Formats: sequence, C-alpha cells, structure tokens
Amino acid sequence: MSPSPSRAVYLDHAATTPMRPAALGALTAALARTGNPSSLHTAGRTARRTVEESRERVAAALGARPSEVVWTAGGTEADNLAVKGLFWARHAQDARRRRVVVSAAEHHAVLDPAFWLAEHSGAELVLLPVDAEGVVEVDALRSELDEHGDAVALVSVMWANNEVGALQPLDEVVSLARRHGVPVHADAVQAVGQVPVDLAASGVDALTISGHKVGGPGSTGALLLRRGLDVTPVLHGGGQERGVRSGTLDAPLLAAFAAAVDEAVAERAEHAARVTALRDDLVRRVLADVPGATLRGPADGARRLPANAHLTFAGCEGDSLLYLLDAAGVEASTGSACQAGVPRPSHVLLAMGVGEDDARGALRFSLGATSTQDDVDAAVAALPAAVERARAAGLTSTLVGA
Amino acid sequence: MRVLAAMSGGVDSAVAAARAVDAGHDVVGVHMALSRTPAQERTGSRGCCSIEDASDARRAADVLGIPYYVWDMSERFEQTVVADFLSEYAAGRTPNPCVRCNEHVKFAALLDKALALGFDAVCTGHYARVVDRADGTRELHRALDAAKDQSYVLAVMGPERLARAVFPLGDVTSKSEVRAEAVARGLSVAAKPDSYDICFVADGDTQGFLQRALGEQPGDVVDESGAVVGRHDGAYAYTVGQRRGLALGRPAADGRPRYVLAVEPVQRRVVVGPAESLDVAHVVGASAVWFADVPAPGTTLTAQVRAHGADVPARVLAADADGVTVDVTGAGLRGVAAGQSLVLYDGTRVLGQATVAATRAPADVATDVVAAPGRTA
Repeated sequence: MSPSPSRAVYLDHAATTPMRPAALGALTAALARTGNPSSLHTAGRTARRTVEESRERVAAALGARPSEVVWTAGGTEADNLAVKGLFWARHAQDARRRRVVVSAAEHHAVLDPAFWLAEHSGAELVLLPVDAEGVVEVDALRSELDEHGDAVALVSVMWANNEVGALQPLDEVVSLARRHGVPVHADAVQAVGQVPVDLAASGVDALTISGHKVGGPGSTGALLLRRGLDVTPVLHGGGQERGVRSGTLDAPLLAAFAAAVDEAVAERAEHAARVTALRDDLVRRVLADVPGATLRGPADGARRLPANAHLTFAGCEGDSLLYLLDAAGVEASTGSACQAGVPRPSHVLLAMGVGEDDARGALRFSLGATSTQDDVDAAVAALPAAVERARAAGLTSTLVGA
Repeated sequence: MRVLAAMSGGVDSAVAAARAVDAGHDVVGVHMALSRTPAQERTGSRGCCSIEDASDARRAADVLGIPYYVWDMSERFEQTVVADFLSEYAAGRTPNPCVRCNEHVKFAALLDKALALGFDAVCTGHYARVVDRADGTRELHRALDAAKDQSYVLAVMGPERLARAVFPLGDVTSKSEVRAEAVARGLSVAAKPDSYDICFVADGDTQGFLQRALGEQPGDVVDESGAVVGRHDGAYAYTVGQRRGLALGRPAADGRPRYVLAVEPVQRRVVVGPAESLDVAHVVGASAVWFADVPAPGTTLTAQVRAHGADVPARVLAADADGVTVDVTGAGLRGVAAGQSLVLYDGTRVLGQATVAATRAPADVATDVVAAPGRTA
C-alpha cells in the first residue's frame, strides 16, 4: 500500500520534469484567489490581469507578440489546433489545398491529427522522409512544394525530435514554404529551454509549446500563432482566446506556466552547456562500456537537443531494459509511445531506417535542471548488467518452445 | 524471492499478487498483451485482451504499490494458442486453449523471460496448491475449493516449471473469500465478473470464430451405419459428445437422442449415434508429463478428462515417459474427444498429464485389450 519510494536517478526529463520553484511559487500564490478571467467584476479583472501578464511574459520569452499567444491545455491540444485548424481554414479559403505535409518523425500529437484529417476530412497526407539521423529531408519538401505548392494546406515539422533529439532544419523549411505561401507549424515542445526558440526570428507561423516540459504545470500549453493567420477553432464555446480556443482560462496555472517558460528561456544557455557536458559524458561512456550500444539521432552533439541521449542496444527489448534499470533505481524511457501499454518499435526509428529488431531495444535518457554527474554515473554503472540480462531475456523470449 | 505476478486484470490475479506482496516477496506485476489489436471496450463476453483489462491490472498494481509492465506476448500467443486451436479443430479434435496457453505462454515464454530477467518465480491467480515435501520434492494438488480447482489446466507445466510457480489462491475456500479480500484491500476489480469464455473469441461465439477462420466446409452427418441423416457447414464445428445443434432432418429409428460420435474433417463427415456408443473403456494419452514416477500397470488412481469434468476411477494399463493408457470401464465416461487433456490424480495430488490421442469403446476391448486399435474419437 505504500507508494513507491522516490528514486534518486531520474533521467526522463523529456517525459516531464520537476516543477521549478518559481512556477510552484506563482501557482500557489494564485491558487487561493477566486475569479474567472472573463468576468467583469474585480475578482475577474484580477484573474484577467494574471492571465494577460502571463501572456506577455511567454510572448516576450519566445519572440512573439502577446496577441499571438493562444493558451491551450497542453502541447497535444496546441498541435491539434495547428494541424486541424490550419487545414480547415486554408482548405475553406481554397478547396484545392488538401495536402497536409508532415515529417514522418513527428510526435503522435501531430501525426495522428494529420492521419485523422486524411481519414475524415478530405485531406491528403504527405509524409516527408527523414534521414538516418532523424532529420527531415528538405529535398523531399522542395519537390513536394514545387509539384503541389498550390495544393498544400500546411507543413508541420517539429523543432527538435522528442525521441532521438534531432534538431530540424526549420530555416530551410520556412524559406521553402514561404515561396509558396504555405504556413509552417513547428512543435517546439522539447526545444524550449534547450535551444533558442523565437517565433519572429524563425519565420514559423505556428509554434507549439508545453508547460510541464519546461518545469511548469501539466495541462498547460500554447499555440503561438503569427498575427493574421487564420485557424478554424477545434473547441467551440465561450469564445475565449478571440474565439480561437474556447474554455475558461485558469489564471494560477498560466501564471506558473509563464514563470517556468520565462526562467527556462533565461537560463537556457547555461543549462544547455551544463547538460551537454553531462550528456556527452553519458554517451561516450555507454558506447565504451556496453557492447552493442548504438547512438541514434545526430552523431554531432551540436545538432541534437543538449539534454537528449538516445541509444539502441542490439538484442534487447526496451521494456526489459526499463524494468531492469528501474529495479536498479534508474528511470529512463524507451522514448516512444505505446499502444495499450504494449511497447511498439518507434515510428521515428523505423522512419530513420532502423530495423525493427534494433528499434525494439531503444532507450532514451533525457536530462534536466536537476540532473547531476551522479545521475550519469549511476546510469553508466547500471547499464552493462541490465543490457546483458535483457539480452539474455530477449533471446529467450524469441527462442523458447520454438 | 523476486516474484513476477501475472496480472490479467481480474480479481484472482490481483489478490494473488497482493498475497505475494504480503508474503514478503519483491513483486512486479506484468500484464500479458495477447492481442495486437486489443478490443477498445469489453464486448458482451469478456476477454483477457481488452484495454480495460490492462488498465484494471495497472490500477491493481498501483494499489499494491508494485511496478507494473505490459509484455507483448501476442506473437507467441497467436503462433501457439490460437493457431493450435484452429488446427486442432480443423483436424477434428477438441483443444483446450487454456492448457495450451499455460504450456506455451504463461509457464513458458513468460516464465523464461522472467527467469532471464532475474525473477525467481511467476505468481498467478490459479486455484491450485503447491505442496513442498520435507524431502525437497514439490507436488501439485487440487485447490481446497473443488469447484474452482484449476489443477487440470496447470498439469501440463510439468515439475520443472512447477518449481518456479507460486499459486497464492490454492487454499481459499470460495471465490467469495477472494472477492471479500479484494474489497478489504481496496482493489477495484473486486466485483468484476468471472471470465468463462475463450479470451481470444471476443464475442463468445466460438462457432462463428471457427467459421470465419476455417471457412465453410459442408458435408454429411451420418449414422453409425453410414446412412446420411443430415448436413453440416463444417465438421470442425462439432465436438464428440455434443447433442445440441445437430439439426438432423430425420429422427433416429428408435426415437432416442443422438450424439456426435466422431468428427472426420478430411471426409467432411460427422458421425452420430446413441449415447451408449460414446461409452469409453480405455483412454490413450500421448505427450505425457509426470510429476511423480511413471505409475506401474495395475495402479489405481483417478482421471479427469475435462476442465469441469468429474474425477473418475481409473486403472493404469500401460505407462511410460511419453504416454499412458488407462482403463476407465464402468466409470461412466462418455464422449471423450481427442485433443482433450487427461490428468491423473492420486487423491488431490496431480500425478501426470497427457493429451488424449484415442479412446477405445467397451466392445473393442472386450476380447483383446492390448491389440485393440485405438478409435480416433
């Protein structure tokens, strides 16, 4: 009946990361106050002030105007709003625009809405291939736009891949798309706080961010939406967020979200340098110590998220590794979503051309603000035995009774 | 011990895991995903493959404070249990998929993976008892609650695997005791209904499942003289001993009910006849597994041939490491189909298990026991 003990070694910050004290402070300070930001009375005005100050803070941190910030209940909702909202709006303006162009390595929050549009809303899905390091093939986008530019509703390419950490060539994506007047959405959920993210400077038209990935509360997010860009709402109701996203806003959550974004961006350079050193040490030692370990994603650390290390271990099943590491007090991830709890080979790895068997043995270590050299040492110490054992189990489970 | 608790999402395996935790073991819960395309919601009949079952298992593990994992056993399950189920029916035999699952998945692939990962044992919610003797030997016994006893489907695991099994529910006296314990422990699966159906036949329609998988193979229903008395859409849909659903156009000459005597898929023929033609004198078992020394001819013991069937007196005619033939004359056994499991008991103790290969009718054994050919049931 006792809750599991808190573990010392948490290396799954890309899944979620501890709340920053600044965010916790902002949250608790605001929690006891009543007031719907849409109300006109004093309580409402007070809440509204918190919401708008938070909006200004997030906008300033990420190179956006306050009016370009659309609050959502998380990254998934922002991705859905971008993909569906842009498709519907652009398709309504010109019925030829049916093509939804997304990279094959997108998060499911982008991929699944795109597939859904193709299935239910008359869209034509175009998956852009990625190279062996998980970087989208810009040439494929160029051909797509040259051939079908008038028919493309939107392009969605993430800022950085959540599994293998590959930074994407958004500059090139944006410049290509701009020639054809096609809006670009980028899921920057993993990028904020790790690499510079600036809406105006990037030229991206719609940008997804998430609170809990940067030390803010869960169920907070935003779509930064370039001014003048039309999106059709996904949620209809009270008309909040200029009608783009209805639903009562939660002032305390947004205050905490803004505090987290603000601090994550302010500390970014220093944080990135620190976790880069830890990450590089982790990767170097694992590759040296563990037979059959392969780094996935860009080999050049400068072209991947500073906090991301993604490896596959030949002959192992990722879920066996997770269990063995967890039992050894090290918490990591396979990096990919599961279906009904069943681990599946990652679509990102498969898109990179990794074989299904190798893809099964994936582990993602992701560092965060609280990560230390001790954490890295513990992971490096635990891995060889875990891999050896998982390898034995992996072989057993395929051979027994055969 | 480090114990892997197999958690189906039902009340039995949840309480079994809880008891393993109480016993001081280091327990990790594992739910086996047996289907690649799990049903979103439970349909009329329940399966162990639904997403709801997986989340029930996870919730129970959370309440117990133990780690929880889902292991994908779908490929193994498909290759062994489901494929065997279909090929056995296609061959006119009557398989027991729960036995095959225990043989190839639970106490094979799952157990082997657990051992490889450093676990000492696998714990399940089966109703059976393990008795450790002073001399170090381990015995498999019937559960205290005879109505829930599952030693019949477990016997296939054999003694080596039994050494790695933990059955915490072997000494419960009734299912209501388990449910009450689940309530007391705060397990939300306490009131979850029991599963009776074959888990991979989601809608409970086994005939429909077979027909979709095997297609229509129409043929004749004949009586013992070979006279055609009806038609069928597929011999695989019939089981020896079956009475209902024959839909025979012509009544029997004597007006008495007719039963399926034999299923002959190659000839696409189903043979029917009176109940006494189902009488079994000898049961021939193959692929034997022994928990004790191979019994000597003449040994008297009891035999069970169905999951919920009676335990009947039997006498060993012949036995070796691979097979066994028992005499059940006078025990009233009728309609024993090839493919069923034959489990032999000494009191509550499981002595061994074999798969029924053939049976012999009283008339066939009256003259020459040894030379009598086996009748393919």
